[in-house]
Amino acid sequence: MRLVPFAISSFLTIALVWALNKPWGSVPAMGAFLSPQQGFWQNAEPAGKPASLDLNLPGLKGAVDVYLDDRLVPHVFAEIEEDAIYVQGYLHAKYRLWQMEFQTHAAGGRLSELLGPGPEGQILNYDRQMRRLGMVFGAKRALEEAEKDPDTRKIGNAYTAGVNAYISQLKASQLPLEYKLLGYTPEPWTNLKTCLFLKYMSLDLAGPENDFELTNARAVLPKDLFDKVYPITQDSLDPVIPKGTVYDTPGVKTRIPALADSLYFDAKQTVQIERTKPDRDNGSNNWAVSGAKTQSGRPILCNDPHLSLNMPSLWFEMQLHTPDYNAYGATFPGAPCVIIGFNDSVSFGFTNAMRDVRDYYSITFKDDTRSEYLYNGEWKPTVFTIDTFQVKGAAVYYDTVAYTVFGPVMYDARFTGLGAQRTDGKNYAVRWKAHDPSNELKFFYRMDRARNYDDYYEALQYLTCPGQNCLFATKSGTIALWQQATFPAKWKRQGDFVMPGTDSSFQWQGFIPRNENPHSVNPERGFVSSANQLPTDTTYPYYIGGHHDLYRGRVINRYLSGMSAVTPDMMKQLQTENYNIFAETALPLLLKNLETAGLNAEEKKYLDIVTQWNKRNDPDEKGVAVFNSWFDSLESVIWTDEFMAIPKPWDWPEQYTLIEGLLRDSVFAFTDNVKTTAVETLPQQVTAAFKAAVPELAALDKEGKLSWSKFKDAGIQHLLRQAPLSRYHVATGGGVHIINATKKFHGPSWRMIVHMTDETEAYGIYPGGQSGNPGSPYYDNFVNDWAAGNYYPLWVMKKSQANDKRVLAVLRFRK
Amino acid sequence: MKFFASLLLTALLAFTAGLFLSWWSVALASFLVALAIPQKPWNSFLAAFAGIFLLWGGLAWWIDQENQQILSHRIAELLPLNGSTTILILVTAFVGALVGGMAGLSGGFLRARKS
Repeated sequence: MRLVPFAISSFLTIALVWALNKPWGSVPAMGAFLSPQQGFWQNAEPAGKPASLDLNLPGLKGAVDVYLDDRLVPHVFAEIEEDAIYVQGYLHAKYRLWQMEFQTHAAGGRLSELLGPGPEGQILNYDRQMRRLGMVFGAKRALEEAEKDPDTRKIGNAYTAGVNAYISQLKASQLPLEYKLLGYTPEPWTNLKTCLFLKYMSLDLAGPENDFELTNARAVLPKDLFDKVYPITQDSLDPVIPKGTVYDTPGVKTRIPALADSLYFDAKQTVQIERTKPDRDNGSNNWAVSGAKTQSGRPILCNDPHLSLNMPSLWFEMQLHTPDYNAYGATFPGAPCVIIGFNDSVSFGFTNAMRDVRDYYSITFKDDTRSEYLYNGEWKPTVFTIDTFQVKGAAVYYDTVAYTVFGPVMYDARFTGLGAQRTDGKNYAVRWKAHDPSNELKFFYRMDRARNYDDYYEALQYLTCPGQNCLFATKSGTIALWQQATFPAKWKRQGDFVMPGTDSSFQWQGFIPRNENPHSVNPERGFVSSANQLPTDTTYPYYIGGHHDLYRGRVINRYLSGMSAVTPDMMKQLQTENYNIFAETALPLLLKNLETAGLNAEEKKYLDIVTQWNKRNDPDEKGVAVFNSWFDSLESVIWTDEFMAIPKPWDWPEQYTLIEGLLRDSVFAFTDNVKTTAVETLPQQVTAAFKAAVPELAALDKEGKLSWSKFKDAGIQHLLRQAPLSRYHVATGGGVHIINATKKFHGPSWRMIVHMTDETEAYGIYPGGQSGNPGSPYYDNFVNDWAAGNYYPLWVMKKSQANDKRVLAVLRFRK
Repeated sequence: MKFFASLLLTALLAFTAGLFLSWWSVALASFLVALAIPQKPWNSFLAAFAGIFLLWGGLAWWIDQENQQILSHRIAELLPLNGSTTILILVTAFVGALVGGMAGLSGGFLRARKS
């Protein structure tokens, strides 16, 4: 033995193994990661057919056969209903485990456990924001409701058991790639995680409020100007429920508080809070055409929810077949049931109601301890909860949150949002409908089993938040749309601004009775539709609030009104339509007011492009980019001078507000630049805006980036925002205000068309793939077809078709 | 002859151990083979290095062929290796081989006669 060399080489070997066995910063443990038998190579699936499997799982009650088709869609045939949901949980985990856990960690404010505190504590701040908003508080209340109901308790438990059956047999080498990259392992699934996932959707959809921003704007702008730039309705509105509909006398009367003017409208308070908000274009299109307007005489239902486009996708396509029902559609990895889809009798889809169900109250604490707050003339005790954050690579962080009658005090001296420290000593409690006990799972459970309009109407009562335009069609010919949720009955502009929290007079006074929610059943015009526009005109007896798109709804209704003998192909064309109705409204006004005399050659070139543009946001059009840049520039020219006086944060008015303001009144109050002594006219401003936009357009043009798809540069982003796991630079048309609502990382997340013929004829597609594994050929195989506007036929499989050539593999689940 | 025997044995033992144990079992396998088949210490190093290089490189190459380079291409951009799957396979093979080689060297020194 050569002791010294042995000692040295042994030491070096052990040091090498040690160094390769631990992560260094964001670099994973390279030994484990690179090992072909343990590491990422194990996630590189053979590119051929998926494998058939026989699985023995003691949690099952009977036998379940799952047929995987050529797009990796599982067709689940269960003898017992609970088993179908158990297997749904198992399959969600098999294909999407990492995202299920990651998204529920995000919802529950636990990302810093996985990712550390982040630069300048941003990730920890995000987590605190989630907890202080009461995401876990709301999810726990939802869980209590779900457990009280025998149906949802049963499916909740079956789903959780199915997910855990997969997790418990998972070997380290088979962990999804992201676990290996980040260096952690999955924890068991729980029913609470399912509720957290559903709250995550509420977070995305039940938060269209701009209370802080509007409070700041109202503090500076006088009432008449404020109402001009933040109007409560629109001139060219085509609401979900057609104008002229007569509404009953309201069942709930609201009273404006006696001191509303002094304490609320004219309080001139300001809010110094910066925060992350859901994407303002979270929305959707849906419509159903009655048999009177279709070629077949049967209804056609269409839906495309517009959400953040991520890899792995939010959606997972499935068929669930049991002796009681046969549902097909898009499911949420993280929750049981089919969410948007159809069964053998009915079909259903959703768009967001965009109503404001989240308000803030200014709280006066007695002292720094936050243990008492002023309420109705007395000091009332707060209830504290202590939130614990197990921050990766840092000490455990504790955050104490005070709860009031309104809800949690989200912002106070200890938490001031994302921006810099605040010194104004103000405290804001949040009242959010998503905090109230509810059982949305029961809604989807009942929809999957619905056979007729009455079943749908019964199911609707369980949807209390987020508010949705619930579209419905049956094979027997009914089409319907209810805007459904439990909406607070508000007085005009209640909750648009931060409200006083020192007494009960500004609290919500009641809820709109369900049968008074806007709805339309088998209307004479032969179709129902919604696209996040205002649900009604101003004759509806309750205040709506929130923020609403204007243009998609108008253009959809225009096309549908003009159609007859409708076919699914016509619906595909409509769902992917790129016509820009906003430009149709705005561009003539811009061109009319442009002073062409002083334009140089380069400016004339871009004027020609936009003049000759066909007003379609097709991928190769250059006019879109010119128009958009010109309009953005005009917004800046018109608003900046007035808005500079407003303390941040604030939002610019909606685009339609500017255009409708200018169309209504050519001497629109904001046209003049108040910073100059001269009085600017609209032509001067429109021309200045055009000239300001041209240099950037010319620069982009030089790089070959003026065509719309390149200018917009859409893509589908991995949840960890890693480029190699994402699909960037996907050539698409469409955009904001367009039926094909595809913008940079956001757009139609699932397109579905269901023709209610005896044998259901359905089409669908989403930008992603069924497998969440970046090493699978099924990870992103739908993306190109989605971008091109293609659809896949949705195969409602029958058990007798087990030998069909589309079946690539069979998973036999036995107890 | 001894060299090739220990090379092959190292690869075989490391592969078997890898089915049950963590990735560092390549070190264990290389060390044990170097003990069992006496060679000059640097020959033990080379045999183990080559054995694990071929094992990891070969496995990675075979998996990559089956996968049609879907994942290796993404990982080679993530790491970042300019998207080169060949370099990724070579890096994989080299990392395993270095650990194996060092363990083989240790075994070789332990077994070697005092000179």
